[in-house]
Amino acid sequence: MRRRFGARTLPRGVNFALAAAAIALAIVFPLFFPPGSGWVDDMTIALAYVVMGLGLNVVVGYAGLLDLGYVAFFAIGAYTTGWFMSGFYGDVNVHVFVSEFTKALPGIHLNFLLVVVIAAALCAVAGIIIGLPTLRLRGDYIAIVTLAFGEIIRVFAIEGNEITIAGNAKLTAGRQGITPIDKIDLPFLDQFTSLNLRPWYWTALGLVLVVLFVNIRLRDSRLGRAWIALREDEVAAASMGIPLVKTKLMAYGVGAAFGGMSGAFLGSFLNTVNADQFAFGFSIFILAMIILGGLGSVWGVVIGSLALSLINTRLIPDVLNDVPSSLGLDFNLVDVNYGIFGFLLVLMMVLRPEGLLPERRRQIELHEGTPGDEALVEVTHA
Amino acid sequence: MTEDPILTATRVSKIFGGLVAVNDVTFDIPRRRIVTIIGPNGAGKTTFFNMLTGLYRASTGRIAFEGRDITRARPDRITKAGVARTFQNIRLFSTMTAVENVMVGEHARMKAGIVGSVLRTPWVRREERRVRERARELLDFVGVRKDQQEQLASNLSYGDQRRVEIARALASEPRLLLLDEPTAGMNPNESLRLTEFMIRLRDELGLTILMIEHDMKVVMGVSERITVFDHGEKIAEGDPATVRANPRVIEAYLGKQEAA
Repeated sequence: MRRRFGARTLPRGVNFALAAAAIALAIVFPLFFPPGSGWVDDMTIALAYVVMGLGLNVVVGYAGLLDLGYVAFFAIGAYTTGWFMSGFYGDVNVHVFVSEFTKALPGIHLNFLLVVVIAAALCAVAGIIIGLPTLRLRGDYIAIVTLAFGEIIRVFAIEGNEITIAGNAKLTAGRQGITPIDKIDLPFLDQFTSLNLRPWYWTALGLVLVVLFVNIRLRDSRLGRAWIALREDEVAAASMGIPLVKTKLMAYGVGAAFGGMSGAFLGSFLNTVNADQFAFGFSIFILAMIILGGLGSVWGVVIGSLALSLINTRLIPDVLNDVPSSLGLDFNLVDVNYGIFGFLLVLMMVLRPEGLLPERRRQIELHEGTPGDEALVEVTHA
Repeated sequence: MTEDPILTATRVSKIFGGLVAVNDVTFDIPRRRIVTIIGPNGAGKTTFFNMLTGLYRASTGRIAFEGRDITRARPDRITKAGVARTFQNIRLFSTMTAVENVMVGEHARMKAGIVGSVLRTPWVRREERRVRERARELLDFVGVRKDQQEQLASNLSYGDQRRVEIARALASEPRLLLLDEPTAGMNPNESLRLTEFMIRLRDELGLTILMIEHDMKVVMGVSERITVFDHGEKIAEGDPATVRANPRVIEAYLGKQEAA
């Protein structure tokens, strides 16, 4: 392989060693802090965002389908915990593989592992449903449809307390939120508590590793090649025997499933599922993470997600928040965090549009351009 | 020709808005022949190609491949059925290597699913290895040098890009190969080599080839039958000598001859 852009292609062994070192460091990280430390808390959330970033990466980075409604899967994943890991449906009593303590509570209480699977499945279905109307569309139009879908889910979340599904059971608790949510309860371990955050952290790290593994395996598979072919040239891809509909829907489904897993984790970790968590800005937040890191590059996405998440939970509120007031300005930096993310994006686009740790292919596209896709209009007929 | 045709198009038209791009064309391709479509720019040749490969849907008419109706079939289904193509302006996946491009061409003949790919089962691993191996063989076969095979498509020479595109089309194991101006941008020597290669494809792999071509030396040298399009209509058909002598063809190419 010719090396055109300086230090990029490291030898396989070095790559492997770096990855192993990073993972080892990630595992021991919480031991350097007290179990309830804010750092462990923030890193746990950051890792959950990494999972979402990797999910969105499949849709946007691999298959090139710009999805602006990814928050929908956070919502569906989180509501899965709201429905199946809380006392929200107090009229029924269902308990599956839960602790003695939880067994005494009314409502539906399933084990977290089951809930993760349900969340992933629900989101995969939702992802495919969102995908369907976008199949005939390209680029910007896909973004508009997915954006609208994200809003639909949010409105359902807000108004869900008015929607009765059975008896007097509601769809959601609206802005009040469903709370408390059961703590994660894994086999052979004590149920997690909010005092010791380390098990939460390690669970999130476990999710990251699983999703990372799936991301890499899929990238290097028949399906991964099909996604990249599709992103580059739909017409050529279809003519080479790639079924566009199926291939796109797989990207939507896989990406959404990861979002759902992360959403389920966050539902339990944050202990509440509240309609206001699912604003449009969140979709952009996740998208910004993967653009910052490098679309299509798994390690770039990991770094971008960690970076933006920590900027959000650490740098802005704790380190820089007093900067405006010390300059005699009357506002908190926290209030303009989205402005700061926007500024970072602009900065990235100007200085390094391929992201911090770019994917090889994406870099070529940006620097050399690919043959224009003169639209052959009828290729996408479903 | 009365041989068993591999593909038949019956009274096919394509209308874009008010423009009739292809008008009532009936056309068949005899098996294991090299057939060429010629005609002036804008005669509807590529539109016709796009209908045969499912990129456009015929407005009217019927297209059958090996007896199966493919008029409304999706492009990937048609490829899977055994029709492969190249493009007039090369459409390789430029950020993939030559080998990866050819591997994409094998997509329809592969079976690895999502779960198998994630778990990378021995079966999937074997398939992946076999497909990569075959991609290399195909690249050897079309004459892409070994040291070029792991290069990104965008870094290859023009001639190699054309060759990779043919290898990619061959990877789907077609019985009918459609080449849209395969010698465009080639020098006479390269064109000659390509015509020899097409004859090899027909004789060694038993392929049927339909091509659109402008280079008359290539057309007359390799075609067993020539069909002439003009203004979306088929105006002549026959072996090279007949077509060359046809007054309507001369008129389409040179304009009406005024009395000297």
